[in-house]
Amino acid sequence: MKLFQELIDNVRGFVATVGAVALFFARVLGQVPRAILRPGFIVEQIYNAGALSLVIIMTCGLFVGMVLGLQGYDLLQRFGSEDALGTGAALALIKELGPVVTALLFAGRAGTALASEIGLMRATDQLAAMEMMAVDPIRRVVAPRFLGGLIAMPLLTVIFIAIGIFGVQLIGVQQLGVDAAAFWSQMRSSVDVDDVMEGVIKGCVFGVACSLIAVYEGYTATPTAEGVGRATTRTVVTSAVLTLILDYMLTAVML
Amino acid sequence: MAAAQDQNIASPRSDTSAIVEIRDVDYAIGNRTIFSGLSLSIPRGRITAIMGPSGTGKTTLLRLITGQIKPDRGQILFDGIDVGTLNIHELYALRRRMGMLFQNGALLTDMDVFDNVAFPLREHTKLPPSLMRHIVLTKLQAVGLRGAARLMPQELSGGMARRVALARAMATDPDVLIYDEPFTGLDPISMGMIVRLVRQMNNALGITSIVVSHDVAELSQLADMSFIIAGGKVAAQGAFDELKEHDSQIVHQFINGLPDGPVAFHYPAPDYFEQLLA
Repeated sequence: MKLFQELIDNVRGFVATVGAVALFFARVLGQVPRAILRPGFIVEQIYNAGALSLVIIMTCGLFVGMVLGLQGYDLLQRFGSEDALGTGAALALIKELGPVVTALLFAGRAGTALASEIGLMRATDQLAAMEMMAVDPIRRVVAPRFLGGLIAMPLLTVIFIAIGIFGVQLIGVQQLGVDAAAFWSQMRSSVDVDDVMEGVIKGCVFGVACSLIAVYEGYTATPTAEGVGRATTRTVVTSAVLTLILDYMLTAVML
Repeated sequence: MAAAQDQNIASPRSDTSAIVEIRDVDYAIGNRTIFSGLSLSIPRGRITAIMGPSGTGKTTLLRLITGQIKPDRGQILFDGIDVGTLNIHELYALRRRMGMLFQNGALLTDMDVFDNVAFPLREHTKLPPSLMRHIVLTKLQAVGLRGAARLMPQELSGGMARRVALARAMATDPDVLIYDEPFTGLDPISMGMIVRLVRQMNNALGITSIVVSHDVAELSQLADMSFIIAGGKVAAQGAFDELKEHDSQIVHQFINGLPDGPVAFHYPAPDYFEQLLA
């Protein structure tokens, strides 16, 4: 009976949290038009979430591509199909690895930075001071950061994919001797616009999800050092889990 | 000395009607009652001190006045407007008539001193940059920090940060300035500066000042009117000299800083020896 009650309480808590996030999302969306009128703040946040994540995204993209090159070559040579390395690796990167790994890295680098920054603003009364100056923190702080993350994420995804394909080529063509002409021509003939759009759409959806979770966790953080720490941890964990769930759902819809 | 001189040049204001009226307010956090039937009136154009032992809800009272929280019962009137019934847009419009100095300054850490003071002007006005610059430099000059305009908040001492926050709070020339524990953690020189500034703001600009603090010595030389809050109600009110003569035990304990009295030194606990020997 007690277990049943706990189960009900947990379900109720989960529904309440989902509702709170939805309401928060609606508030943020309501302030987006006014936030867009001051593009300087959004550009600053694109720099913070995007440009400052470039090194980690490019490094990881390169190594993911190189690993894909090694594993793909090892697998394909068993069937004498090494020339298909370009196609297989490109599709894997464009449709799955690019958006998903970029989202996970984004949550770890930019998401935690967003959550801790907003959480610390809450803990040091900066958000309360804004409210007292009749400035809505959702418009001035949250919406530009949300939009910055939302715009940066698909761009980072595209960069990750491009660097990843370069990594595959580096290992497959330069090191293992796959024919360069076959590598590129098969990739061009097999990868169509729909595949690229699938990757970009996933990047956009993950951008919304990861940015929203980061700003929500920061904004609702308990105003203590421990509270900000918890909000940062929750940002990474929730973003990662949600990214993988959304990935499955989007894949199922778009295949 | 300077504060005393400033007090001497204070001209008594003719309109001393209440700018903030709190009527029979109840407020509880969970099961803990903070206020029960609290009523008080804060006169216009004066410096009003709200004092009380720690945990009596002084900061909560400020949050009620500024509409950050709503009372469970009763009314909070700001210049005749019921704060508790306002929607967010009306509340923001009302808050443009208030300035608040937070205990830690609450400066925006990604902006320098100049931009912090300019922040409310940039958000609410379309003033040309040259005029805005003049206003900001004037406000910084008033708090003695014009030379620190390009410092970042993390380069300021606690006292300097509070003075910058004061300049920011008065940037839009509010009707009421609210100070939440403005003296906490300051050295005597910084404390003296803040006391002087509060008095100057009140005298020169006709601003109503509400100071929440438990620093009896500073408030005794600053406040025109004082309220002591205890047990969820106003325990005493009046000029500081009147409070000193008040017959309430808790007021006597608070004003004289006595360790024992109605506010016990020990938090409620089981019997000392029984607990040690258990």
